[in-house]
Amino acid sequence: MCTVCGCGDTAVFDGKRREELLPFGHVLARAPAKHSNGHSHDHGHDHFHDHSHSHPHDHTHHYGLGAAGVSVPGLSQARLIEVETSILAKNDGLATANRRVLTALGALAVNLVSSPGSGKTTLLCKTIEMLGDAPLAVIEGDQQTSNDADRIRATGARAVQVNTGKGCHLDAQMVGHAMDDLKLPPHAYLFIENVGNLVCPAAFDLGEDAKIAILSVTEGEDKPLKYPDMFTAAKLAILNKIDLAPHCDADLDAYEANLRRVNPTIEILRVSARTGEGMAAWIGWLRAHLAAKA
Amino acid sequence: MHEMSLCEGIREIILDQARTHNFARVTVLRVEIGKFAGVEKPALAFAFDVVMQGSPAEGARLEMIDLPGQALCYDCGKSVEIDDRFALCPLCGSAKLMPQGGDEMRIKDMEVI
Repeated sequence: MCTVCGCGDTAVFDGKRREELLPFGHVLARAPAKHSNGHSHDHGHDHFHDHSHSHPHDHTHHYGLGAAGVSVPGLSQARLIEVETSILAKNDGLATANRRVLTALGALAVNLVSSPGSGKTTLLCKTIEMLGDAPLAVIEGDQQTSNDADRIRATGARAVQVNTGKGCHLDAQMVGHAMDDLKLPPHAYLFIENVGNLVCPAAFDLGEDAKIAILSVTEGEDKPLKYPDMFTAAKLAILNKIDLAPHCDADLDAYEANLRRVNPTIEILRVSARTGEGMAAWIGWLRAHLAAKA
Repeated sequence: MHEMSLCEGIREIILDQARTHNFARVTVLRVEIGKFAGVEKPALAFAFDVVMQGSPAEGARLEMIDLPGQALCYDCGKSVEIDDRFALCPLCGSAKLMPQGGDEMRIKDMEVI
């Protein structure tokens, strides 16, 4: 970047070439930047600094010898600024704002995270059915399509589809905007179905009360060990599709042991959204946590 | 994982800092990355160069400082430092360790001109 006007042309100043061109640290005086918009900061005299400074003297004013190679009135040269800010500070601030809104409403928000294909949407449709008249809304995150939101709306529930485009996770800003659209009633359930991905969503706080990891028994007992971040961040793991366990030699105890290996405090529910087995315990979990927020 | 998003976060913070502290360029940026932050350092370095284009940190040097992983042992109750997620408690040998620190992703400081 040009150090005087801030324009973004780096062609002249990268690496070795900079050293060759600028032996005295002058950025612009001897080597006018090739600005893309056709102007330069050249000026009409040469600079000579070929004497050594072995003696003290007070008769010369050298400008532009600092790291920038220039002197701009009002701007000091090299400075150290202590930042000490989390890279995700902006997201975390927005998540806190979401959480405040949810708390004021006495609403419970759960962030459903899993691999693609673990059965999140089916589980959610059954959950909505079983919750009956309870106020609830769904935020659906996917890279593309509104298929999942359409499936949720078919149950009669309100849903907002968020397409993340190239993004691999929902962030607090997307959820905040979706919450604005949904205008949640008091004491509602908010289900946030995250993008199917066991890596990135672990790090992004959305303002939810709990991350819930859904793991289907077809995925392999060692999945918690392969993706420990997500299972460490989750408060509850739902071991889904247990009706399939006998057909794929799944060892449910091994799933649980591996979940507890990465997160000693994780709660685990064994569920089949298809047959309804274990669903009552899941609905009970939701009701208890909603009641706790009242 | 999402190094590009992280760099967008870094860029926002730099733009904020540039307004507050009135500087034109960042020459060095130091970030602290915890062992369990899930950040792939080469990917972060690559994304950094791309995302900082056109910002005050274009061409800045990115220095990454590793922070150790920390965990609470549920058996001996001590807070311990561990190298990987599946390490056993160095004090009592227990496997019941809950990661507690080491997921930091923080901008420590920056040198600006």
